[in-house]
Amino acid sequence: MKTQKLIVKSRTENLSRIRDFVSSNALEAGFNKDQIDEMILAVDEACTNVIKHAYNYSPDGEIRIEIRFDKSAFTITIEDEGVSFNPDVVPAPDLQKYYREHRVGGLGMYLMKTLMDDVEYKSEPGKFNRVSLTKKLKTT
Amino acid sequence: MAEFNTTLKEQGEISIIKLKGFLDAHTAPVLESKFDELIKNNKYKIVVDFQDLAYISSAGLGVFMAYIEKVRENQGDIKLASMSDKVYNIFDLLGFPLLYEIFKTEEEAIKKFSE
Repeated sequence: MKTQKLIVKSRTENLSRIRDFVSSNALEAGFNKDQIDEMILAVDEACTNVIKHAYNYSPDGEIRIEIRFDKSAFTITIEDEGVSFNPDVVPAPDLQKYYREHRVGGLGMYLMKTLMDDVEYKSEPGKFNRVSLTKKLKTT
Repeated sequence: MAEFNTTLKEQGEISIIKLKGFLDAHTAPVLESKFDELIKNNKYKIVVDFQDLAYISSAGLGVFMAYIEKVRENQGDIKLASMSDKVYNIFDLLGFPLLYEIFKTEEEAIKKFSE
């Protein structure tokens, strides 16, 4: 099992650094380009949600990203100390609704669930929120 | 930091925005201001060329949703063109092809406006 950590402030300018962090580790773990692209997007969406919703764009919150991988799976855990939310109440994407309201919401979570094999949320209000994204490494 | 920029060209009454680089929550405001500028100048026939766009997240997709109704109310449209398979897959996954016309080339998208 290999573990890597990255801690960044809750600023959108850090998204590219987060993507690079995921990309280099996923490459080392043996994923192909398409799989790496999927993981990069899922993690970007998770961190964007943290910046937007947990920290409400306040730039000095902390986002802790930990990657753990072995021969069978790659897990990215994203932790923040911002406002908690209940992932079960985030609605599924509704394009007609977006059209009417001129905005999108819930797309990030939908993408995470679609692009990863497993998405788990854990929240202790006032302490931390944690989302773990896992992709299995299938040997062909 | 991720690089993103746009270039704008006019062909008759059609405005073509060419995207380059990485479109995420950090760079989406750059594209928003481009749409704001076009709408302020009553330019509602818009083609977006994705040929040099390397990456898009849902924050980028949200920009297109923010302006589409306003543009269509003014007899215009936002037509999308020249996406890589990777970028198209994200649009497709979220059902965007139901709401937007997506063309293989910029020329086809421009031509559609004159039909």
